[in-house]
Amino acid sequence: MAIGLSYGAIAVTSGFPLWVPAAQSVLVLAGASEFLFIGIVTAGGSPLAAALAGLLVNARHLPYGLALPPGVTGRGWRRLAGTHVMNDESVVFALAQDDLPRKRAAYWACGFGVLICWPGGAVLGALIGSAVHDTGTFGLDAMFPAVILALIVPDLRDRMTLRAALAGAAVALIATPFVPAGLPVLLALAAVLLLARAPAATAGAADAAREAGQHPAAASSPAAGSRPVQSGRAP
Amino acid sequence: MKDSTLVIAGMATLAAGTYAFRLSGQVLRARVSFPPRAARLLEGAAVILLAALVATTALTQGHGFSGFARPAGVLAGGVLAWRKAPFLVVVITAAAVTAVARLLGVP
Repeated sequence: MAIGLSYGAIAVTSGFPLWVPAAQSVLVLAGASEFLFIGIVTAGGSPLAAALAGLLVNARHLPYGLALPPGVTGRGWRRLAGTHVMNDESVVFALAQDDLPRKRAAYWACGFGVLICWPGGAVLGALIGSAVHDTGTFGLDAMFPAVILALIVPDLRDRMTLRAALAGAAVALIATPFVPAGLPVLLALAAVLLLARAPAATAGAADAAREAGQHPAAASSPAAGSRPVQSGRAP
Repeated sequence: MKDSTLVIAGMATLAAGTYAFRLSGQVLRARVSFPPRAARLLEGAAVILLAALVATTALTQGHGFSGFARPAGVLAGGVLAWRKAPFLVVVITAAAVTAVARLLGVP
């Protein structure tokens, strides 16, 4: 809810009309990707490039779907509706329950809770944001990076991820003066190579690591992440 | 705002693609197993994108430097987030530090 508030406020103070955060919060229903979209478009990047970056962030929903036991979302139209409310929270809570009825109850309650809170917060935030005109004086431009930073801090506690994130950030900063707006963030993806040689090095990754003059065995163990991809690997 | 048709197209792409991701995992479940390594890479890629967004929005404006006030606020927020402060505290502190810095004449 609080994140929704800041999302709505940030979107309108960045120059978007109210319907943009409102529609996105309902139709996309995945916070980080919406922030990324707004951020790239505000910086002057192409909305389509912003959508692709957002999709990359949302690709985690594919393994979420694989991890969910069948029957949690149901069948037919239930499944179509239940699919839309799949998010970090609903999947975590569903996987944490022991039997199917409880999994289903947790999933739907949490999914619908987010479906109400996120757009509700976004619209409220947008209304509040519309009332503010001089965003610089109140430091509101610092809110956007701070929100995203707060969202990724749990992931950054893993050292491998932290290193890759810092490398990506450096690439983006170095690229900013030279390439069109919106592109630096995408170039940062090159840093994913740092993760490719991380745990359980496959033949390909080992080769890549050897080329880079690094030892693949130096990789850290996977973080005990809070994400369901790691904690509830069912299949 | 920029060209709103393009923005709508971007939003529609993001919404439709996200739904497709949500659905395809469930549909594929019976047929494939997704390697945990790939899941980890995807997650890492998302964090990298967002970290780059933090860096560029905190430190740059257009193609140049944003000034010191904004990154100072973001840094303050980041330290609080690392220390597990509540989300609202993080965000309000970031804005407040930046606002006070500007009040004191920091660019």
